[in-house]
Amino acid sequence: MILSIQNVVKTYGNYTAVDHVSFDVPRGSVFGLLGPNGAGKTSLIRMITTITGPDEGAILLEGEKLNERTPEKIGYMPEERGLYKKMKVGDHLMYLAQLKGLSEAQARQAIGHWLEKFDIKDWWPKKVEDLSKGMQQKIQFIATIVHQPRLLILDEPFTGLDPINTTLIKEEIGNLNEAGISIIFSTHRMEQVEEMCDHIVLINKGRNVLFGEVQDIKNQYKQNLFRVETEGDLPAEIAEHFPVKEQEKGAVTVQVEEENKSNDLLKYLIQKGVRITRFEEILPTFNEIFIRRVAETGEA
Amino acid sequence: MSKLGLIIKREYMTRVTKKSFIIGTLLAPIGLAVYLLVIIGLSKYESGSELRVAVLDEAGMVRQLPDDKGVRYLASGGKTLDQLKEEVVEKQIDGVLRIPPLGNFQKKEHTVFYYSDDKLAPEKSMAIERKIAAKIRDFKVDSLQLNPKTLEMLDTEISIDPEKINGTGEDESKYTAGVGLAIGGIMTFLMFMMVLVYGQMVMRSVMEEKTSRIVEVMMSSVKPFELMLGKILGTGAVGLTQMVVWVILSGAVSFFIPLVMGVDAANMPTPANAPQIDPEQMQGEGLRIMAELSKQNWPLIIFSFIIFFLGGYFIYSSMFAAIGSAMGDDLGEGQSLVLPVTIPLILSFYIVSMAGWRNPDSSLMVFASMFPLFSPIAMPFRMAFNPPWWQVTLSLILVVLAAFFFVWLAGRIYRVGILLYGKKVTFREIGKWLFYKG
Repeated sequence: MILSIQNVVKTYGNYTAVDHVSFDVPRGSVFGLLGPNGAGKTSLIRMITTITGPDEGAILLEGEKLNERTPEKIGYMPEERGLYKKMKVGDHLMYLAQLKGLSEAQARQAIGHWLEKFDIKDWWPKKVEDLSKGMQQKIQFIATIVHQPRLLILDEPFTGLDPINTTLIKEEIGNLNEAGISIIFSTHRMEQVEEMCDHIVLINKGRNVLFGEVQDIKNQYKQNLFRVETEGDLPAEIAEHFPVKEQEKGAVTVQVEEENKSNDLLKYLIQKGVRITRFEEILPTFNEIFIRRVAETGEA
Repeated sequence: MSKLGLIIKREYMTRVTKKSFIIGTLLAPIGLAVYLLVIIGLSKYESGSELRVAVLDEAGMVRQLPDDKGVRYLASGGKTLDQLKEEVVEKQIDGVLRIPPLGNFQKKEHTVFYYSDDKLAPEKSMAIERKIAAKIRDFKVDSLQLNPKTLEMLDTEISIDPEKINGTGEDESKYTAGVGLAIGGIMTFLMFMMVLVYGQMVMRSVMEEKTSRIVEVMMSSVKPFELMLGKILGTGAVGLTQMVVWVILSGAVSFFIPLVMGVDAANMPTPANAPQIDPEQMQGEGLRIMAELSKQNWPLIIFSFIIFFLGGYFIYSSMFAAIGSAMGDDLGEGQSLVLPVTIPLILSFYIVSMAGWRNPDSSLMVFASMFPLFSPIAMPFRMAFNPPWWQVTLSLILVVLAAFFFVWLAGRIYRVGILLYGKKVTFREIGKWLFYKG
């Protein structure tokens, strides 16, 4: 476990932002922190990054209670992010790196490494305000990881990025993850969750409403839907034998009562002499799971 | 370097390397010098063109009046008032001055008449009155056959020299109060300006950090209190730097200005009838003011000024920082939040400028110099008047305690406000923030 959230509560006045939330982030995972707006994601992240402290419960990073050294182990790229516009790129990165506990020499070396990697070595003396938004995002990303954090927290990292930079940052996130850095990834973009995350937690109204491995959750939420594509027409009476969810020309979606009943469907179609071109189980998208779970636990 | 040190360094360096700061710091004393030169120049400047006035001296009291201050006096040459008026209409002359006979010598007042359709400038009117009064005095002295030398002996100039009965205080002279007022006034004004300007600089900088969203990034590395304190300390150091540069530069300027103006004055044509000041006496006056200045306890004044500056600056800039953190992007909307911070500052300046100069030891001034929101402005004013030492000490202690309290209070507000977006904030709400847990 890189991070363990244990029964954490955070209130602001009468408002409970985080309500007895517990979950673990496995070491080396890409972990999705999901939830509608106002669910308590930011409150949770602010506690993990030691910006605020929990009212109740505990947060452990690598088995240790959060402390003064914690910020040095965490790289945090907030959704609301910015840089000092008047500062030079190099000075700015030096400043942020040193605040994360690097010595001047270490900071200089690490920044040089990253600027070279992104092929932007000559940006050092440029002012931040003279850079385009995409360029600033690159600097922001470097600032987040320059001190080699153990845990990287990215809050909507791709908003405002063009496709080229998105791909670049995605690749870098992948590389960092392979190098053993655990990543918490907060987003509402469910296709990114499916693409990148192996574990998720879903927060709604300050509570943990869904937690686990992405594949497990998908299996848990599947509805035994199968889609068949055929050449030529389907048997007209198929709806009498199987509950058809959706039918169009040359394709049908069927919900079987049990998972192993899917073979019955195949058998039936083969008996009827239908030429099958495609047969697949339809797993729920995360978008659907998200919406279902949020609806079940109350609107945000 | 510690995190706080890094923050202070950044806040300091970004400000002192700004062009506007360098220009402002260097130009302000030069601007002051130019201002002084202009003031001095203006005082020597004579307004308008020369006025040609015919003098109709009906009683033969003034005879020939020497020209001065842009007024040329012409003899009437036996012309009548109507003839002279005609000349005015024809623009040969600008006006006619008719001096009726005096009659009774006991009369203290006498009216002379000026005929013209143009308005007589106050400056010229006063010059003419002075001139005629002097001439009539001479006329009276003459007519009464008095000895002018004897009369001069009657004039005695009085000045009060305060002497202490008890206590060991320095002997005071008639210049003590004036010099004290000047020193106190300059310090009060400087203090007021510095606290206001640098306090608002902190506020703007906090707002910028919030609106540019850098603050969220910063918060994951440093504690809100560290960031706020670093900003206040770094900006305060900029203020001190500016003051030190100003003190040095104005020292240099005030050394060179008299040199420049001295040369200038020697070349000026002296008006024949200008009140003659004995050069020796003038020098004596300057020396006495210098002596009075050197009598002041400068180390104590400067030391307490710096402490009061730091105290006042900490109190007000921390409040400005708190307000800035609560405010967000819209300065206009936040104006109602700024006002409660600026009001005590302006009030203290008002108290000093209304009550301080009348009596620096009045009960209102004593209160103002104790109350920590006012004392940074009010106490430095009193410092030049040798206030009781226990009052100075108490005031210093109070201002330092208040500074700690306000920085702590501001920290409680700042840590919540700085991370709150898109919400219109009221004082009620800010009050609640004070009790949020960490």
